[in-house]
Amino acid sequence: MPLKNMNLPNTRRLATRLVATALLCWGSLAQAQLSIEITGAGANQIPVAIADFGGDAGSGRALTTVVRGDLERSGLFKLVDTGGAALTESSPIDFGAWKARGADALSAGSLGRSPDGRMEARFRLYDVNRQSNLGGAAYLTATPQLRAAGHRIADYIYEKLTGERGVFSTRIAYVLKSGGRYELQIADSDGQNAQTALVSREPIISPAWSPDGSRIAYVSFENKKPIIFVHSLATGKRQVVANFKGSNSAPAWSPDGSRLAIVLTKDGSSQVYTIGAGGGSPMRLTSSAGIDTEPQFSPDGAYVYFTSDRGGSPQIYRVSASGGSPERVTFEGSYNVSPRPSPDGKSLAFIARREGRFQLAIMDLSSRQVQVLSDSYKDESPSFAPNSRMIVLATEVGGRGVLSAVSADGRIKQRLSVAAGDVREPAWGPFTK
Amino acid sequence: MKNSIKISLASVAVALALTGCGTTGDGEGGAPVENRDPNAGVARVDVADAKGTKLPAVLTDPKSILSKRSIYFALDRYDVSEQYRALVNAHAKFLVENRQFKILIQGNTDERGSREYNLSLGQKRADGVKQMMVLLGVREDQIESVSLGEEKPKAEGHGEEAWAENRRADILYVGEF
Repeated sequence: MPLKNMNLPNTRRLATRLVATALLCWGSLAQAQLSIEITGAGANQIPVAIADFGGDAGSGRALTTVVRGDLERSGLFKLVDTGGAALTESSPIDFGAWKARGADALSAGSLGRSPDGRMEARFRLYDVNRQSNLGGAAYLTATPQLRAAGHRIADYIYEKLTGERGVFSTRIAYVLKSGGRYELQIADSDGQNAQTALVSREPIISPAWSPDGSRIAYVSFENKKPIIFVHSLATGKRQVVANFKGSNSAPAWSPDGSRLAIVLTKDGSSQVYTIGAGGGSPMRLTSSAGIDTEPQFSPDGAYVYFTSDRGGSPQIYRVSASGGSPERVTFEGSYNVSPRPSPDGKSLAFIARREGRFQLAIMDLSSRQVQVLSDSYKDESPSFAPNSRMIVLATEVGGRGVLSAVSADGRIKQRLSVAAGDVREPAWGPFTK
Repeated sequence: MKNSIKISLASVAVALALTGCGTTGDGEGGAPVENRDPNAGVARVDVADAKGTKLPAVLTDPKSILSKRSIYFALDRYDVSEQYRALVNAHAKFLVENRQFKILIQGNTDERGSREYNLSLGQKRADGVKQMMVLLGVREDQIESVSLGEEKPKAEGHGEEAWAENRRADILYVGEF
């Protein structure tokens, strides 16, 4: 596979201030870690060699493990055995030897101390076939954030080799139900570093990330009825955005983060409204005698997709974000719900019931062709990765709630579970700046 | 007087007769209960404090139709089926005759499908029961309808039996919620 040839970027310019991320504090560290199991792989895996990071041996090994784990889990790469070779970003490269090992690409780097005591991870990526330098970067990080630096490096390698942005540095929010407790947790995309943002004795559903990743809107039953909150992750500050008579649910952010599409029953049955992200007076968007729910903005903000039973069975519709007459989008089967437009605007993921099984399906929005992506029976709550390549969803294995991630082409599958409880309601966060 | 709730025995008998399976005290059986009480058909309840935890026996006596509080629904449906009409009628009648009582109707769904859709479906189920009662003369402010969606399953199982049990609207009287 030919690799994309790009200029060597200025490493200083690329250095990110990971330390700022370290200041986020979400409260207590969760006990339960998500564990990931991969089933399936991409069709054409890129053989890549990630040499052990030089410098401090212990930290270097930890960093190398994160980078390799990320690339391998994506299903798009085949890790080439490096034979324990430790190379730094300035080591001379014997391209012939790496080619003989079967590598198309090679990364080499080191971990050192910056003058202010933080760690500095530097690395370089090579195209083995062309014997060329594909670029490199340096990331400054406090030691506890070594994993974050590893994800940044994996993102860099992923983007150089596939041409699309990596999502290893992103986070996933989900609800963990354990005993009678509900916890809204936020974990790294590899399931590690889970932090609890909210603990409640009552259900929490429908978490939705603000486009800038700083806040999460969700529905909490803590006041014995569904109310919509917006929760700032860094401060833990919570704001009630919708607490009208009846039920308040299904928050979805507008692409500019200024408004939320929500579902209220204040005027009768569930209908879609929009409201300012800080609250205010809701504006009604849909009008039916039946159920209208699960609104989601298209990435360009032009449409709102939603589920409605106005035609006699729950189906997906879309309406102009400024209102008007909705257009039906799904036609096959008697139950199509939970529409999720992909961030690239090309497809729509949703849950279809086929012969009693609830499965993830994806529609190509230009051809309107539908493909069922899963072989499970109780899929719920799909959520696209910000690069549109993977979809995380909730499903059930052996009577327990687990998360599953499927590539949009259905080839790659991962399963994320927590030993101590049911995991549900996943929401994949946006790209981190 | 310790308890301010008083129910006339005659009206309890009437309530039982409404169920169609009430028994009479005279042991003759077969004949429908004839009640010459001027309050016939009216289950009169005096409640000083409707928030008290003690409900009149007519609401809890297993022999009273009013002790039955659950309306079950078919998959994906929120229309109240014919078989629950007598149950809803009886509660409506009680509420019309006892305006001081308020109820909460909780709609529920089975665990399958979308949580948000189920939240809306549960609301529709609760609203359906509420609408019937309002048409029968119950005041809107006597009834609150809410949905628990699939979040509070009564049956914890994962099969047809549990799913059927959870597709339900429950009537709760003040003091029970």
